[in-house]
Amino acid sequence: MTREQIVARIKDVLGARIVQWTDKSARRIYVEIKPEDILEASRLVFRELEARFSIATGVDTPSGIEIMYHWSFDNCGMVVTIRTVLDRNNPVIESIALLCKGAEWIEREMWEMLGITFKNHPDMRHLLLADDWPAGKYPYKRDFIRDGKEWITEKT
Amino acid sequence: MSKKTIIPIGPYHPLQEEPEFFRLHVEGEKVVALDIELGYNHRGIEKLSESKTFEQSVFLVERICGICSSSHPIACVQAVEDAGDVEVPERALYIRSLIGELERLHSHMLWLGLAGHFLGFNTVWMWAWRYREPILNTFELISGNRNHYAMMKPGGVRRDIKAEDIPVIQKTLDDLKGALDLFRGAVTDDPVIHARTKGVGVLTQQQIIDYCAVGPTARASGVAKDVRKDHPHAAYEFLDFNVISTQNGDVFDKAVVRILEMYESIKIIEQCLAKLKTLQGSIDSNPKEIKPGEGIGQYEAPRGEVIHYVRSDGGNRPVRHKVRAPSFMNIATDREAVIGQSVADATIILAAVDPCYCCTERMAAVDADTGKHILSSAELIRMSREKTEKLRKELGAEGPRLKL
Repeated sequence: MTREQIVARIKDVLGARIVQWTDKSARRIYVEIKPEDILEASRLVFRELEARFSIATGVDTPSGIEIMYHWSFDNCGMVVTIRTVLDRNNPVIESIALLCKGAEWIEREMWEMLGITFKNHPDMRHLLLADDWPAGKYPYKRDFIRDGKEWITEKT
Repeated sequence: MSKKTIIPIGPYHPLQEEPEFFRLHVEGEKVVALDIELGYNHRGIEKLSESKTFEQSVFLVERICGICSSSHPIACVQAVEDAGDVEVPERALYIRSLIGELERLHSHMLWLGLAGHFLGFNTVWMWAWRYREPILNTFELISGNRNHYAMMKPGGVRRDIKAEDIPVIQKTLDDLKGALDLFRGAVTDDPVIHARTKGVGVLTQQQIIDYCAVGPTARASGVAKDVRKDHPHAAYEFLDFNVISTQNGDVFDKAVVRILEMYESIKIIEQCLAKLKTLQGSIDSNPKEIKPGEGIGQYEAPRGEVIHYVRSDGGNRPVRHKVRAPSFMNIATDREAVIGQSVADATIILAAVDPCYCCTERMAAVDADTGKHILSSAELIRMSREKTEKLRKELGAEGPRLKL
């Protein structure tokens, strides 16, 4: 599939539900959608357009917790990033792990690092942090800062 | 009903870049389930990078891995360059590819040695690591360091390849070719290695696609994806090389893919050296600032795709830096590959994805009911070796002959 075909198909299916479309360069596209459309968008790019799930990035921003799902289209050298912004006080989104097994671990990581709740995740437990990590402490949030040279601590 | 036993593997080993902890659930000899635990060495590098400048974060990500210590820097600088639309001089692109391929050579050599060690072919181990040494010496010649070469920076590379070093590097490659032929013969023709690795730990094409596995793990199962070809970066679009792919997805095919890839790496390095003889010019575009924006950098590390995401707000530090190493995708496939296999094969199956999995040294078996240790790490490797020895006797073969 060419870039034009992929772009046309995504625009065709998601249509007016696309919040923002950014053609950053010939090989990078950023598409912002609403959180409730994530399963449909993921099914489209993963199952129908046969993209490979590279990884997802969670970011704590002033406007909310942002998740970016990076999909690699290896036959045309393009990365399509599907972006969605969640409410900072109650970040909840549908898990895509049942659709794409490769997303299972990164969702566990985003849960423990940023406190995002993934609904219907098959196996939600700590991935990187210790099992006895205090509940409700999410180290990749901006509440945690680098204190001095050595430590990352919670803002007081 | 046979008794279920849990075998914990891990979590630490000094050789391993990403310590993991595996819990093998076995019934008799058969593996019935696998738990994987990560994070024993989580260093918060993504968070730490937010407090470093773009130039400093390259040194930071270089420390993620000691074996493929230029894969993360290349992906990182490419992400920064993608975010800030930074141009890179052509000579620097060739140097990046050259360093990347030299690294692939020594990384695959390391894996080959370990695989030989686990299977009980210690001669393969010794010789593979002996031939890895000249490559590390080459790195010392180029950068002053055997590992952590500190070659990459946003906008170019830090050190040039000197004209007088090119014949020395070429000589190292010429010597290596003979050794590679030897390893290819030793692995592909030996009936005992066939018996130990063929049809063992098979991953199907569909499993690779579902788990989004990358690198030689994917290519051995017929998924011919290689970021160097698919998402051209560094100088790879100007270089002639093949993506090696096989169909069976077993341990044998993973070894074959890696061995054949080393030939392609040599081919690439020779092309880079030829180009560097004639191509003159700057090696660094010296970007003064990174404009606001976001960028993604991909690089085909020895184990598969490394991907970095960097967001800049126009300051001199990233506001977000995401790092994903290939093993993060590949290790998850272990639970498909190892189920139903025998304990003696588990060592080599878990090692076959090359997760820098050396913590087999710390294997210990615990009886699930009593909590009593019944097998030590040494015993599990011994089991693996005994199986090889038994097969060797049955087949009347002596194992790979390495005459040098």
